Amino acid sequence: MTGISELIFEIGLVHYLIVSGSVFGLGTAIALGKRSAIAVLMGIELMLNGSILALLAFSRFPQNTSSEAGLVDGHVFVVFILSVAAAEAAVALALSVLVYRKRETVDLDRINLMRW
Amino acid sequence: MDSPGIVIGFYMMAGLVLGSGTLVFLARNLLHALAFLVISFLGMAGLFLTLSADFIAMAQILIYAGSISVLMVFAVMLTPLASRDNGNTIYVLPGLLAAGGIATFVGFLALDTSWSGPATDFTTTIDLIGNLLLGKYVLAFEIASVLLLFALIGAIMLVQISPSDPEEGEGR
Repeated sequence: MTGISELIFEIGLVHYLIVSGSVFGLGTAIALGKRSAIAVLMGIELMLNGSILALLAFSRFPQNTSSEAGLVDGHVFVVFILSVAAAEAAVALALSVLVYRKRETVDLDRINLMRW
Repeated sequence: MDSPGIVIGFYMMAGLVLGSGTLVFLARNLLHALAFLVISFLGMAGLFLTLSADFIAMAQILIYAGSISVLMVFAVMLTPLASRDNGNTIYVLPGLLAAGGIATFVGFLALDTSWSGPATDFTTTIDLIGNLLLGKYVLAFEIASVLLLFALIGAIMLVQISPSDPEEGEGR
């Protein structure tokens, strides 16, 4: 980090990590602050996207270049994250449809049957 | 030194992702929030392309912007009497504080650390990913397929209406 112009005009790991952290924080705010269960799921998907961006950025700018193998390990992890996110979205949306069928709402403030 | 196209593309895509992500938070209608989420996913796919991750960018467009958003549209449409507004709970202020804290913390750490690695340019990543998926990570690959199968079966079993269930349709 020598100059501010280099920081702006030379895209490196720092820029991607800042975007990744911002997207993750935005997803956290949506997942914590929204009332609809589907909106909470949108926040969780945004958080997963932020972590995927960090994995791909570390794969593009590797810190340990001594071994040639393992440069695309981050990509393989991202493939697993994608499949787990798809499974999670399917099950969570099925659960929200089921809750709607019982309670006629997906409002998380009104699904308080187990609250003491 | 990066070419100017990469720099311009990065800033455009990062602005697209963060702007439409903010609009997901701010939109009043749940379907509008969903549309902005799709735009955010597409911008994220563009960011993946600037990272020379071609396969993951295509998978992002197919899986996130395609199928997961369609699943969410289904969930919104299958809950027709529920409220469509994208309202906030009382936890929105702690949520925003947590968001700012996480973003500031990650950004400060990224700026403070001296990263040393040069950029590696992949011509294509598909054959490397395929070799790793069927070689080093074959067990995790199989487990992921089993997980997807069980998630599919579980989702179908959760939402099916069995005629022998006496509580169905009465417990409202």
